[in-house]
Amino acid sequence: MREPTDLIQFSSVNFAYGQSTIFRNLDVGFAAGKVTAIMGGSGSGKTTILKLIGGQARPQQGEVICEASAVNKMTHRELFAYRKRIGMLFQFGALFTDLNVFENVAFPLREQASLPETAVRDLVLMKLHAVGLRGASRLMPAELSGGMARRVALARAIALDPSLMLYDEPFTGLDPISTAITGNLIRTLNDALGITSIFVTHDIKASFKVADEVVLLSRGSVTARGKPSDLLESNDPLVRQFVNGEVDGPVPFHVSSKPYREDLGLEHVRG
Amino acid sequence: MERSNVDLWVGVFVAAGIGALLFLALKAGNVDSIMKAEGYKVSAEFDNIGGLKAKAPVKSAGVIVGRVESVTFNNQSLRALVQLNLDKQFQFPADSSVSILTSGLLGDQFVGIDPGGALENLEGGDRVRITQSAIVLEKVIGQFLYGKMSEKNTD
Amino acid sequence: MTFVRKMLSRLGRASIDSIWKLGEASVFMGRVVSRSSIILRRPSLLVAEIHFAGVLSLVIIIVSGLFVGLVLGLQGYETLKRYGSTGAVGTLVALSLVRELGPVVSALLFASRAGSAITAKIGIMKTTEQLSAMEMMAVDPHARVVAPMFWGGFISMPLLAAIFSAMGIVGGYLITVVVIGVDSGAFWSQMQTSVDFHHDILNGVIKSVVFGTAVSAIAVYEGYASVPTAEGVSRAVTRTVVTSALAVLALDFVLTAFMFTGAH
Repeated sequence: MREPTDLIQFSSVNFAYGQSTIFRNLDVGFAAGKVTAIMGGSGSGKTTILKLIGGQARPQQGEVICEASAVNKMTHRELFAYRKRIGMLFQFGALFTDLNVFENVAFPLREQASLPETAVRDLVLMKLHAVGLRGASRLMPAELSGGMARRVALARAIALDPSLMLYDEPFTGLDPISTAITGNLIRTLNDALGITSIFVTHDIKASFKVADEVVLLSRGSVTARGKPSDLLESNDPLVRQFVNGEVDGPVPFHVSSKPYREDLGLEHVRG
Repeated sequence: MERSNVDLWVGVFVAAGIGALLFLALKAGNVDSIMKAEGYKVSAEFDNIGGLKAKAPVKSAGVIVGRVESVTFNNQSLRALVQLNLDKQFQFPADSSVSILTSGLLGDQFVGIDPGGALENLEGGDRVRITQSAIVLEKVIGQFLYGKMSEKNTD
Repeated sequence: MTFVRKMLSRLGRASIDSIWKLGEASVFMGRVVSRSSIILRRPSLLVAEIHFAGVLSLVIIIVSGLFVGLVLGLQGYETLKRYGSTGAVGTLVALSLVRELGPVVSALLFASRAGSAITAKIGIMKTTEQLSAMEMMAVDPHARVVAPMFWGGFISMPLLAAIFSAMGIVGGYLITVVVIGVDSGAFWSQMQTSVDFHHDILNGVIKSVVFGTAVSAIAVYEGYASVPTAEGVSRAVTRTVVTSALAVLALDFVLTAFMFTGAH
């Protein structure tokens, strides 16, 4: 599943939170310059993939490789140098609540580069303009709608012109218009800046519209991957269940348990 | 809140804190214990010091002129040896006498200096010859009762 | 037998857990302190946290200090009146405040006002992924967020304790001298002869520094280690207040035993 053009490569990654295994022997690559959507049901480890890429979590086994260097073996200093090239959009924006919109976007600029104040102002206004919120620069995060907060967070994530953008559930909790705006921004930014984008979602409609490629995760490994159109035509029962949103299928409705009658005490176990 | 406003309030706060510390040091505490004033040490021996403790004030004519440095026992003379630290700006004749006094009936004990008439002054390291011990209340009461009884007997 | 066994193993588990937590907190604080140079490079971060921990606690400290002083003055006067030495009320008020009540009560108030706010702020930043976001922007939250908060609390606490004691003495003065009519000269002079700078005031300041360090460290650690949910943060805030109070009282005993026994 790995290609030489991949920017990020996972090779036989094992990862577990305590007792619960998330990934077993995960091999997957993410193409440079493309928009890749990672999809899967709740608890399939979608967000964990982003954490592994960002170095916020380390696999118990295997390697996460970005441009020939293993992210999971970086020192604190190397990791921070590597993260300066990554922009990440968190699920609910993760804006700093005590700073206004302008200062939120200016934050990475002030922390990472010692630019003169006028340059900071120009850059911040440019980034805010790119997400259409130049007019909101004096508002506090509490005064923004969910969609606006997401866009401010996006402006902040691209403040340092990253070469890789990660999006954690960018469409969750957004109305149809905001969803369309966000999807459009992901696509436009990717193409205009020539960067690589990876996003995690379970919103079929929005992601199929935006992504070049879709990776479907289930039970700790990749179940299917391909262009959105390929997945729509797939005959794999799990893909069909996921794409069409069916209640029962390979992913059962019931969590595995003892027989119903036995749990209710209507039937005694014999022997 | 605006940045300059935060700065202002923090400035007020720090100034108030330092002001409070100064207030405690200067108004509530005794200033001379901070600026260990230049002093000279003289010693005196007493038969009984009562409850005198180190750091008790040394007064002359009611004014604090120094503090008790230490209270020890002289094993040769078998008396109490008291070191006094006197402020350099106060000079006393060499034949001055010291006594142990009590502020009020039950108050703390302090050392009183009664100036003598000699032309030379006490200097650092000198020993004051004339001393009067603390009045021990039990003894006074005992003597009083004893006197009363002997009065009765003579009647 | 099984009951004893169960209780013993529960005790063992609790001991291991608390030692583990203490170790974790020490490592965390080591990391925070070692990355504290940021407050020298960017003093404005520290100033903001002194505002957060100190200035916002100022009102409660001033009001409580005043009332504690009023009560001490009143109670002290009533007691000393029986012995006819009401002039000593200044001594009583000042010594109680400077040695004990100033550092201890202001530390308890500081824990419940500033300590809980610090825990909540860090906990909420964790819950809303602000700390993760910072890490992904290659900014170390230990240095950028936690260190200024810790040092802000560290600096604020002794100042608050001094203000508390000073306000208490003012309160004692108001009730005994101004209201009841104790002689003002006796009030101050008796206070001054018995309150020693090194022995009383300096030791009180040392206490408040120790308490400030303990409460600030507990507050930032509990915030950082909180479970990132609304419930987790509220539990962490409660733990900060309870742990701080216990730590302050225990440390006070230890410090008092060292400072005020043996010396005359």
